[in-house]
Amino acid sequence: MSDAVLSTHGLRKSFGALLATDGVSLDLRPGEIHAVIGPNGAGKSTLIAQICGSLAPDAGQVRLDGIDVTAAKPAQRARRGLARTFQVSALAMEDTVLENVTLGATGRDGGGYGLLRRALGRGDRHDRALAAIDRVGLGGVADMPAAALSHGQRRLLEVAIALSLAPRAFVMDEPMAGLGGEGSAELTRLLDALRTEAPILLVEHDMDAVFALADRISVLVAGRVIASGRVDEVRADRQVRRAYLGDL
Amino acid sequence: MIPERLVTIGAVAGLLAVALGAWALGEIFTITLATRAAILALAATGLNIALGYGGLVSLGHAAFFGLGGYAMGILAFHAQSYTPLELGSLTIEGTKSMPVIWLVAVCVSALAAWVIGLLSLRTGGVYFIMITLAFGQMFYYFAISWSAYGGEDGLPIYLRNSFPGVDTLVPVQFFGLCFAALVLALLLSARLRSAPLGLALNAARQSPARVAAVGISPTRVKLVAFVISGAITGLAGALYADLNRFVSPAMFSWQLSGELIVLVILGGVGRLAGPVIGACLFVTLEHWLGGLTDFWHVWLGAILLGVVLFARGGIVGLLTGKAGPHV
Repeated sequence: MSDAVLSTHGLRKSFGALLATDGVSLDLRPGEIHAVIGPNGAGKSTLIAQICGSLAPDAGQVRLDGIDVTAAKPAQRARRGLARTFQVSALAMEDTVLENVTLGATGRDGGGYGLLRRALGRGDRHDRALAAIDRVGLGGVADMPAAALSHGQRRLLEVAIALSLAPRAFVMDEPMAGLGGEGSAELTRLLDALRTEAPILLVEHDMDAVFALADRISVLVAGRVIASGRVDEVRADRQVRRAYLGDL
Repeated sequence: MIPERLVTIGAVAGLLAVALGAWALGEIFTITLATRAAILALAATGLNIALGYGGLVSLGHAAFFGLGGYAMGILAFHAQSYTPLELGSLTIEGTKSMPVIWLVAVCVSALAAWVIGLLSLRTGGVYFIMITLAFGQMFYYFAISWSAYGGEDGLPIYLRNSFPGVDTLVPVQFFGLCFAALVLALLLSARLRSAPLGLALNAARQSPARVAAVGISPTRVKLVAFVISGAITGLAGALYADLNRFVSPAMFSWQLSGELIVLVILGGVGRLAGPVIGACLFVTLEHWLGGLTDFWHVWLGAILLGVVLFARGGIVGLLTGKAGPHV
């Protein structure tokens, strides 16, 4: 457990009478993709919000590289190397692909408040941004505004920005959302190769992608982890089949 | 369509040409109008950083304009009456030196912008508008009741303040100072826009969550921009007071905050030349239409309506054929 890059310990969050997260403990180890699945309303988004810092848990801890970051703001967690992607693309739509990704490369060095240098143009950040753009295959549209991209390209741009942070861990909130078969296959190949860069905590509805990618799966139902383990173990789990997979 | 850079250079050069032309022809009043336009453009350039780049609709920028004005008024008042300003054990001599006054005006308005920003940036949208408006009104009523500096009647300053090497009483020389301040502010504004802070500010306007997710605090970025914005508008206030040789609570009025927003929208929100073109148009209309009728604001309103409905990027948007940032 101590070598986990990212871990949660007994996270608990309730909204009034609704217990959205009920003692969730998870960990993300180097080199793996850990998928979190669960039916709608299981508390996946609430869990992500607590891991990334936009929502404070009532109890429990979030650790990044062994350091307690439970009280840290989203921006502080990102500077420590936590890179997230959003379920609904959160991009600067008027800005170009390159500007969006350069922002990521800039933020990682804590350079986002600088006034003296130019944001764009040659330099280390520029190189890192271009490398991330090429990596996801958006090199041809680097100068297009995000608003002009297709939905699938925007999903890739989300990943490119996360990549530009040179993160310690990725947290991806339904990266396949809204993608067709071909789009998800492409993104699946991309994520498959990314795990060596940094482990991925993957919240995903697309079961084909989950089974193709995950090293481990945790199943979240009504705010609780009802099963967690290797893919074949979870697949065989009767409770999981009844609660979730049986519905498919 | 004209490249934006050319529009900016054209607008600034046009303002300079009008002033120099009027000087050559001996049209003192036109120089004064050009000076007024340059100062309003400077104030709106400050606002444009918050409003245009950051999407912060501040209806309280008159607070900084007025603070700059009163910084000038108070320092000059103590200098002309030969009475030092006593603040408890601290004694401050008044001064008629513009560089000192400008420095004080910039620092005081930056400090006020920091405090106002710290409180109002916790909110957004219409609440932000209301909180900034409330702060502006607080300053307005405070100035009205501050009888030591003229209260409601305002505070006249008999002689224009001095600047080393410049005869500020000569209209074209005073215009030169204001114009130089405007050009410097435009350079700073351009610099800011292309710097990492500008990239982050622009993104924070569009998606704060995105900015936070890459390790930059959107609130802090907006606060820095708001402080720079307030400082520039404060400097404009000091110059405006010097132009009129008069300071009054009207400089704090919400109508002035509104006029600054109108200038920016007319010219083009988030565009470098927007405030310059907006201010020149405003002063021209005020002079021409104001000479025809006291109700010239009706026609200003009609033009504003036209711009908002048919030219979302303002006049710069029309000239460049690009709509510009969406606020």
